[in-house]
Amino acid sequence: MIKNARVPEVERQTFNVVIVGHVDHGKSTVVGRLLADTGALPQGKLEAVRRECERTGKPFEYAFLLDALSDEQDQGITIDTARCFFKSATRDYIIIDAPGHIEFLKNMISGAARAEAAVLVIDAKEGVRENSRRHGYILAMLGIRQVVVCVNKMDLVGYDQKHFRAIEAEYRAFLEGIGAVSPRAFVPVSAIAGENLASRGKETPWYDGPTLLELLDALPKAPPKTEQPLRMPLQAVYKFTKHGDDRRIFAGRIEAGRVAVGDKIVFSPSNKISTVRSIEAFNVVPPRTDIEAGWSTGLTLTEEIYVTRGEVMSHVGRPPLVSTRLRANMIWLGKSPFVPGRDYKLKLGTAAVPVQLHKINKVIDASELDHRLAKEQVDRNDVADVILEVRHQVAFDLTADCEATGRFVIVDGYDVAGGGIVTAAIADDLRDLRAEARMRDFNWVPGGVTAADRARRWKHRAALVMFVGKADSGKERYARALERALFDAGHSAYMLDGQNVLLGVDNDLWVDAAQSELVRRFGEVVHLLLNAGLIVVSTTNAIGLADATAVQALIPDAPMLLIDIDPADASTQACDLRVRGTESDADIISQITALLDKRQITSVP
Amino acid sequence: MDHLEQLEQQSVFILREAFRHFERLCMLWSIGKDSTVMLWLARKAFFGHVPFPLVHVDTSYKLPEMIAYRDKLAMEYKLQMVVGQNVEALAAKDTFPDRLAANPKMTVEEQAIARTACCGKLKAEALGATLHGTGVRRRLNLETGQYEPDHDHQPYTGVIVGARADEEGSRSKERYFSPRDKNNVWDVGDQPPEFWNQFKTDFAPGTHVRIHPLLDWTELNIWEYIKRESIPTVSLYYDQGAGTRYRSLGCGPCQAPIKSTSKNVDDIIAELKSGKLKNIAERSGRLQDGKHGLEELRRDGYM
Repeated sequence: MIKNARVPEVERQTFNVVIVGHVDHGKSTVVGRLLADTGALPQGKLEAVRRECERTGKPFEYAFLLDALSDEQDQGITIDTARCFFKSATRDYIIIDAPGHIEFLKNMISGAARAEAAVLVIDAKEGVRENSRRHGYILAMLGIRQVVVCVNKMDLVGYDQKHFRAIEAEYRAFLEGIGAVSPRAFVPVSAIAGENLASRGKETPWYDGPTLLELLDALPKAPPKTEQPLRMPLQAVYKFTKHGDDRRIFAGRIEAGRVAVGDKIVFSPSNKISTVRSIEAFNVVPPRTDIEAGWSTGLTLTEEIYVTRGEVMSHVGRPPLVSTRLRANMIWLGKSPFVPGRDYKLKLGTAAVPVQLHKINKVIDASELDHRLAKEQVDRNDVADVILEVRHQVAFDLTADCEATGRFVIVDGYDVAGGGIVTAAIADDLRDLRAEARMRDFNWVPGGVTAADRARRWKHRAALVMFVGKADSGKERYARALERALFDAGHSAYMLDGQNVLLGVDNDLWVDAAQSELVRRFGEVVHLLLNAGLIVVSTTNAIGLADATAVQALIPDAPMLLIDIDPADASTQACDLRVRGTESDADIISQITALLDKRQITSVP
Repeated sequence: MDHLEQLEQQSVFILREAFRHFERLCMLWSIGKDSTVMLWLARKAFFGHVPFPLVHVDTSYKLPEMIAYRDKLAMEYKLQMVVGQNVEALAAKDTFPDRLAANPKMTVEEQAIARTACCGKLKAEALGATLHGTGVRRRLNLETGQYEPDHDHQPYTGVIVGARADEEGSRSKERYFSPRDKNNVWDVGDQPPEFWNQFKTDFAPGTHVRIHPLLDWTELNIWEYIKRESIPTVSLYYDQGAGTRYRSLGCGPCQAPIKSTSKNVDDIIAELKSGKLKNIAERSGRLQDGKHGLEELRRDGYM
């Protein structure tokens, strides 16, 4: 037996527990009874609910305590997650009562994702059912490894030990079969009778294990993430100039690791490097000189760099992965199925990027979870192993290495419609170029004039405007006119004709040289020009729309505008502006300058 | 990191997400302890600044101390203070105090109905109109300290609200980011999933999102945080010698003080932890909360 001494108020921890299981297996009753038996109910609440039941002629149920909304009392099921609070001798609990009805799976997930541990309730009489299995799988996917199983309603099976053991054996075998962590313990309870919940019952003499409450008290808190590599997804860069404050603050929550003033840090995927100057906070005196996982903080940096929300800050030696392809385990909750070839939005950390379903490895039928289905789409409430492809490269981790940067949700239209965990990074065609850019940027020798200095003088950031399209489609004419227009507006622009790269830098290459090497050299030349702070206007026949992502991989720190000249207007590939080539110079230039302004290239914030 | 710090850091994260995703963002400030803590958390999130307007719905029945305190803090913190009011209902005397004056023999049940109706007019309706920009909006001029007609009539699409899950049953079902449809209605049965701190930040035109940074806080947490950060609060929360104080602030006619001799924050914390308030619901002094009263008001847009 576990004996717990009362822990004084100041040292008490808060522990989040979710209650899950099949509909009608008695989750709310377990919670209601726990609240009542630990004295957590406000004075008069129990009596009020009893009176209400007498008035309406319904038999009293502990579940009514939780199902505070009229919708639920009428239907007798939990629609959404309800939170309630109680204290044991050792700690404070927040209990999340999640609905068991399949229709409300998204609510169950919303509740469970917040929990540190789970209690899964199985009806002794009904046994293991569809959502007992589905919830077990989802808990594993959500990363909740501490699970206690309550075999409830033991009174209905005469507190029979064999019955209890049979359910335990069946459920353990199921979890083992899907590779999930086996539960810590199984407890025979009768929530209605209060048997083995907060206090030991007399009806199960054959059970000498701990009560549910004793089991909960013994579950350890997750270890802090402070010793992992530093990860801070950038939430925003603040400058409250209007309020008379000139600090440029890089804000975000440190999800793992720690960082100190003086540390050299890098943002991925842009590879921009700087050093922490200060840790800013309101009403914190004296200011902190280091800060760790869990804090929503703000830093100022010694070198002003231009980075945007969605990038991940780390130390230079331990950066996150960067790719456009990731393998994931996910669940789909959307009303319409998740299908290949359609654009969705991936939200991972603070990044939000267009994403498509690239490939379905397998869909697991959640009701059985052992039939591997070959399907063309992921339907509502399906669990699947998939490969996702994002339009722009993102920084992330495998969920096993860092939870917060290793999981994501997918937005369909206006709604969060699915979520999952990253199980592997899939090598895409650009892996080598990306590695080259990283190695180069991490070891770059900076000059005495910074990018911010140049931006201030020339009133723009460095950027690439790349014209692509067939020979003689008008690329060069537009590029020339744009260079002149930018120059006349006081900016520092330079037209790079691909032909000029071929004449010199590529002079050693044979005519049948690999396209990838032409692209690589072109990209590295662009990178140097961008480093000089220019707006590079490029036009080349040798490098087409398909090569744009390769060029971008070599200049991860610079914005790029892709202008496709397509006389037939037949292409469906993504670009920033598609023109036919018959438009006037002035028309195209005004459209491009508007884009440069919108992307904050010529309107430096 | 202790529990209070964890709550603070999550609230700061939520506020920054809200600021990022909603161009038309405002924070509701009821002048009470919860939304004042929320205002403080905004200053935490934005390094001493509050980069969006604070909206207060003035029923005209608020206790005078509350209004004085509101304007003092607004000037001190340089807040963009916007005040709304249902001037039509007040002019038409369509309020509980007016109805009671006209019919002093109202039964307790009739009074309860009239109180809920009054909340509907002066709070829910006024709030809806203020947020949509169709109602009266007055804005504090920080130069003169006077309120002037607000020239901004655009609707707010993100509204930060200080609801706590422990206050009352229906609030325990809220999300951090909770959508409201075109008619301001909260569809409790069909809420979006919310996990891993990825919030509902995409929304159809005409709808808006309520943001709840204080969802995980309890009444005790609020007072402990007020103490830790030395946040100024309205004097009405403290016993001034008469042996009574307010536990929750509303309108004068519908708000009864409780018997308590707590004279400062420490007294209140002690009272909540071990004293007689431990097992009495916080809103018990609010006379409009009957069975389903608050839930219905909430569906209709009440906070």
